[in-house]
Amino acid sequence: MAEAETPVAPVKPEPVRVYRHRLPARIWHWVNAVTLLILLMSGLMIFNAHPRLYWGEYGANFDRAWLVIGSTPDSGYLRIGDYRVDTTGVLGRWTDAQGAEKTWAFPGWATIPTSYSLADGRRWHLLFAWVLSIGLTLYMVWTLVGGHLRKDLHIRRAEWSPRHIWHDAKEHARLRFPRGEAAARYGILQKLSYIGVIFVLLPLMIATGLTMSPGMNAAWPWLLDVFGGRQSARSIHFIAAWALILFFLVHIAMVLLAGPVNEIRSMITGWFRLPPEREERA
Amino acid sequence: MNSIVLPRRQLIARAGGLVAAAGALPLLSGCDAINDAPAVRKILSMGEEMNRASQRALIDRNALAREFSRADLSPYFRPNGTRLPAGAAYAAHAASGFADWRVKVTGLVARPLSLSMADIRAMPQRIQITRHDCVEGWSAIGQWTGPQLRDILAGAGVRDSARYIVFRCADRLGDTLYYESCDMVDALHPQTIMAWALNGKILPIANGAPLRLRIERQLGYKHAKYVNAIEAVASLDQIGAGKGGYWEDRIDYEWYAGI
Repeated sequence: MAEAETPVAPVKPEPVRVYRHRLPARIWHWVNAVTLLILLMSGLMIFNAHPRLYWGEYGANFDRAWLVIGSTPDSGYLRIGDYRVDTTGVLGRWTDAQGAEKTWAFPGWATIPTSYSLADGRRWHLLFAWVLSIGLTLYMVWTLVGGHLRKDLHIRRAEWSPRHIWHDAKEHARLRFPRGEAAARYGILQKLSYIGVIFVLLPLMIATGLTMSPGMNAAWPWLLDVFGGRQSARSIHFIAAWALILFFLVHIAMVLLAGPVNEIRSMITGWFRLPPEREERA
Repeated sequence: MNSIVLPRRQLIARAGGLVAAAGALPLLSGCDAINDAPAVRKILSMGEEMNRASQRALIDRNALAREFSRADLSPYFRPNGTRLPAGAAYAAHAASGFADWRVKVTGLVARPLSLSMADIRAMPQRIQITRHDCVEGWSAIGQWTGPQLRDILAGAGVRDSARYIVFRCADRLGDTLYYESCDMVDALHPQTIMAWALNGKILPIANGAPLRLRIERQLGYKHAKYVNAIEAVASLDQIGAGKGGYWEDRIDYEWYAGI
């Protein structure tokens, strides 16, 4: 046995580690993760108080709503325009943890608190709106001053080419992610998503939120003109929230696919291990 | 194909882990314990303080809520809260067209008043078409007519020591009379009126007849209906449960409802 030839171990290269996320980005990421979850769940509670959406300046029960989550004596439904879908068990009519049937729009597991309280939902929402606003402002300043925007998020001219975007989209659809050096940089779709969230969606959430405030309407009446009225602002607030949920779902799917341990570790410690280059198949 | 299948399988496995984690979601009901903890409630109430302080700093004392044209009116102005106050006394007032209704102006004033609806209508009137925003999320646009509260307070000679105005109402919710309050910034605001007409007609009972408050830069529950007394006070501590309003006392709606 001792004479046996030692098997040739395949050469396993040391993983290359790069410092990918600086401290402000990491802190903001996790504060935001908690903040957005609280804002979403308390926001769904606030929606439950009046589960109808309108366009324009006004809108109440006797006006035409473009979106309604409602209930009949034995079902729950979602209506968007003239399209109606049965949502019994999830939206409009569902059973709570104690087995009691409820007819609030969003179910207890999705709201803060779990049982109906508009007052408490508002308290959570209107406090954490401050956390979001202050955090986003600081982060925006940091991306501009600290070079994050210029170095990491700036989209170069070549990246704007439809061919490049199409190529990146195809690679994502095939679940083929960049490896080696390329994995240290953001792809065009990543850049567009992050820029879209940081500079479009989150500011839009804050601005439409403020447009619903009668006090802010007196201070900045132009907000009403920008969004086409208070009820339009409420609708846009709701739609943008779902755009953020969509971003979250894709974000989580990508993290799971790209290697959750490495990805999550890099967002905690900052250090990211570059996935090795693909070996060519014979 | 292999290179595609593998990640998909991985995705399914990893997503499975996520679903399992989501199965722990009912544990979130632990969130309700957090929600109810006194220390947490104290922190949560900081939001109201921040909103009040920042809005008071940002919004000019006399900045107006947007006023609309008659073309913008809601086809039907949704009433909310009490739609018909209970009791024989209110019914008798309603039957007589509120001819004997009195609005007392008391508290920290030099000349306490007892105003009839005729007195109220004889004062200089303000007509405004504004948007009413319920805390629940809906809005309705209506035209309101009535004297400015600041004229009523000036008539009574409100003292400098008054810091809040309390509005007493004739409608009872449960066993308690509704009431609301505001600070002097909103009390003296030009659009703060005691309205007796909606859309050019005598105020319907469902909307607060014969007299209701309009406080246009705050949410609907501040707009007290069926008002029969206006009281100037130095502190809200001794009124109701001390939080400045019926819903504030009961379920923790914000006293400052500018957002």
